[in-house]
Amino acid sequence: MTRPAPEPVQVVKERRDNALRTLVGGIPYLRFLGIQFDRRGDELTAILPFDEKLIGNPFLPAIHGGVTSAFLEITAMMELSWSMLWEDMEKGALDPRALDPAHLPRLPKTIDFTVDYLRSGLPRDAYARARVNRSGRRYASVHVEAWQDNRSRLFAQATGHFLIPSRDRPA
Amino acid sequence: MTDISPAQRFIEAIPHSRALNMRLESIGDGKAEISMPYDEALIGDPATGVIAGGAVSALMDTCCGAAVMSYPGARGTATLDLRIDYMRAAKPGQRITARAECFHATRTVAFVRATAHDEDEGLPVATASGAFTMESVTKARDSAKKAEGAQ
Repeated sequence: MTRPAPEPVQVVKERRDNALRTLVGGIPYLRFLGIQFDRRGDELTAILPFDEKLIGNPFLPAIHGGVTSAFLEITAMMELSWSMLWEDMEKGALDPRALDPAHLPRLPKTIDFTVDYLRSGLPRDAYARARVNRSGRRYASVHVEAWQDNRSRLFAQATGHFLIPSRDRPA
Repeated sequence: MTDISPAQRFIEAIPHSRALNMRLESIGDGKAEISMPYDEALIGDPATGVIAGGAVSALMDTCCGAAVMSYPGARGTATLDLRIDYMRAAKPGQRITARAECFHATRTVAFVRATAHDEDEGLPVATASGAFTMESVTKARDSAKKAEGAQ
């Protein structure tokens, strides 16, 4: 019995990084806020580098509550899209080389989003990670947490429900 | 409704509101109306050109905060929690207008509801409801008295 040689690590990494870059790069609002994504295996960490235009209270100063909410929502949505893309990519059902901005999988739609503000966002970089708690054929529930200096001291968390785009037909 | 110009200056003092080109339409007595133009930089779904939900929530959060600030006796506020329901996609190219009302406030908490519409005034694009902290004039007076008493 001969087993097929495992793919070289660089090939695997490049394929996954390209898929993530294409997914993230196609969304103007991510660029507007300056959000980046760090990938370790299938785990994504969203990074929001501090910028003057993100301020909501110039006297404290503190990050705008709407920015925090937007950061959490986009992280939740990207995690959900990425988990679906990852599955297809690893199964071989989707060739990431055929993935370009014009042929991206449709993004999930937010049904509702509830943000819990725990402390004010300091004028520093913020990080967020999301977890898909349930993803069915139509609906998904995603939880997301954001922190700044200490991973255990969250400054905000949120839960959202999303409508999963139909896989058979491009909506 | 109070004079818009000082309040508009207040909105413009918020860097993120300025980045989103928000415009204060009216404010006073626990109610506020703020609008925001369509901008391609805010697109959340490139396949449809629809503005990102996050941008709509930033508008609604600002509008809710402004409504609380205009409530009689309010001195300061911060969001405790905010839930947004997205009813339908906003039409690409159209201005979005949020209206918020602080319908009840205690000395410490303010309860707010808001809606967001594009140029179609029928079904809202989104609705929101939230709880905000309330720093009221009476509370400040109370704590000042307490501090006095402690001396």
